Amino acid sequence: MRAWLLDPAPASRRQARCGRWFRAWLGFSSNGLAMTGLAIVVALVLIAVCAPLIAGSRAATLQSLGDRLQPASRAHWFGTDELGRDIFARTVFGARITLTIVALVGAIVVPVGLVIGLPAGYFGGAVDAVLMRLTDIFLAFPRLVLALAFAAALGPGIDNAVVAIALTTWPPYARLARAETLTHRHAEFVQAAVLQGASRTSILFRQILPLCLPSVLIRLTLDMAGIIITAAGLGFLGLGAQPPAPEWGAMVASGRQVLLNQWWVATIPGIAIFVTSVGFNLLGDGLRDVADARG
Amino acid sequence: MIRLDGVTVRYGHGRHAIVAAHGISFSVARGAAYGLVGESGSGKSTVLRAVAGLIAHAGGRVELAGQAMPANRTRPQRRLVQMVFQDPYGSLHPNQTVDQALASPLRVQGLDGGEARIAAALREVGLGTEHRFRFPHQLSGGQRQRVAIARALIVAPRILLLDEPTSALDVSVQAEILNLLTRLRREHGLTMLMVSHDLAVIAHLCEHVGVMQHGRLVEQTTADALAAGAVSHDHTRDLLLSNASFDRRV
Repeated sequence: MRAWLLDPAPASRRQARCGRWFRAWLGFSSNGLAMTGLAIVVALVLIAVCAPLIAGSRAATLQSLGDRLQPASRAHWFGTDELGRDIFARTVFGARITLTIVALVGAIVVPVGLVIGLPAGYFGGAVDAVLMRLTDIFLAFPRLVLALAFAAALGPGIDNAVVAIALTTWPPYARLARAETLTHRHAEFVQAAVLQGASRTSILFRQILPLCLPSVLIRLTLDMAGIIITAAGLGFLGLGAQPPAPEWGAMVASGRQVLLNQWWVATIPGIAIFVTSVGFNLLGDGLRDVADARG
Repeated sequence: MIRLDGVTVRYGHGRHAIVAAHGISFSVARGAAYGLVGESGSGKSTVLRAVAGLIAHAGGRVELAGQAMPANRTRPQRRLVQMVFQDPYGSLHPNQTVDQALASPLRVQGLDGGEARIAAALREVGLGTEHRFRFPHQLSGGQRQRVAIARALIVAPRILLLDEPTSALDVSVQAEILNLLTRLRREHGLTMLMVSHDLAVIAHLCEHVGVMQHGRLVEQTTADALAAGAVSHDHTRDLLLSNASFDRRV
C-alpha cells in the first residue's frame, strides 16, 4: 500500500492524487503540535456527533433545582450550574453549537471571499477598484462592534450571530484571494490556457482557484479560534445562542455571578473555549507548514 | 503562413505609452522556421506575443494561415497557433498532473479520442507512460519542457511559437530539446517562429533570421549568411561578436 502510494511513476489519475495526499499527510503527521491540533479537532467533532450517547439526550437542559451549584462528584463530573443542570452534559452539547457556528461561518466566508477576490485580482481595473473599496468598507468596521450592532438589530440568536460574524470576517479572505490571483494571473500556464482558447471563467476556476484554495483554507483554520471566541463573546453578552441552549460563552456569563464561590460554573466552559481555540490554531499552523513545504 | 504587416505594439495609454514594437513586417512561409534575435528589451518577445494573440497589437496586421487575426480570437483561430514558453517551471500548473495538463486543451477545443491523443503526444516528445500521472515537481526541467511541447502540439496547431525554449535548460538538455523540435517540425510540417538571444540556438533551428533592436526589425537575413558573417547592420555585427563562440553545429 505504502509503495503504491509513494510510487514516483503512478499509473492512474487516482493513484497520483492519492500519492500526493499521502505525501502531504506524511509531512503533516511528522509535526507533533499539528497532530495534537488535529486530535483536538477530531475529538471535538466526535463529541459533538455523539453528544447524546456521551451525556444522555436530555441532560443538557434538565433542571434540578435541588442540586444547584454542586461541586464535581461522581453524578456530576464537572458539577452543576445555578439551575442544577449538569455542566459536563452542557459542555458536551455546547460543542455542537460551537462547531455549527464555525462551520456555517466558514461556509459563508470562503465562497464570498473567493467570489469577491478572484475577479478583483484577475480582471483588475474598474472591477478591482469597486470590489476592493467594498472590501475596505467592511474592513473598516471593528469586528466585534459590527457583530454586536448587527446581532442587536436583527435580534439575538445563533443564526444572526453567524451572519454577524461572517459579515466581519470575509474581507481578509477577499484580499487574500486577490493577492494570490495577482501572483498567478500572468503565469505562463495561464497564458498557455488562453492560447488553448479557454474562457476567462474556466481559467479562473480551473487554473487559479485551486492555487488560492490552500491559503484560504489555512487562513480559515487559523481564524476558527477567533470565530469561536467572537461567538462566545456574543453569547456572553446575550446576543448569541439564547437560554437554555448550552452555548459556552453564555455558560461563562451565567457562571460569572458565582465565580468566587462556585468557580467551576464559569471555568469549565472557559476551558472548553480555550482548548478548542488552541486545537484549531495548532491544526492551522500544521497545515500551513505542509503547504509551504510543498510550494 | 505567418504574415506581419506594420505591426505596432504599445504598452500603456496616452503620454505614458511605451512602444515596444514599431512597424514590424515579415513573413514566414508554410513549414519554414524564422528566428528573431535581439538583446533583452529589444521587443522580440512582444512580437511573439502579438502573433500568439496574448497581447493586442495597436496597429498593423497579423495574418495567420491567410486569415487576419481580430483582437479577440475564436477558438478555431486559437487552435492554429500554440506556444512553448521559456520557463519550464512556470509554464506547467503546479497542481495538475501531466495527464491533466494534456487533457485540458483537448476539452477546451472539444477534441475527442483523448486517451489515445495523450498517449501519442507523450510518445512523440519522448516521454513514457510512467511520466503521465506525475506532477511537475516530479519531473526534471527537460522533461517539463517536453510536456510543454506535448501540450502545445496536442491540439495539432499549424504554427508553433517558441519563446527561448532552451535558455532555462543546461547545455546537454538544450541540444535534446532542439533536436526534438527539429524532428517535430519535419514530421508535422510545422511553421515555427522562435525568439532567442542565442544565435547558435536560432541557427540550429531556423533558416531565416530577423534582428531586432529598440523595438524595430533592423535586419533580415538567413542563418547561412549569419554563419558566414555576411551581415549589413552594425547591431547584427555586435550580436555576432557578443556570441563569439557562435557555432552552427551547437
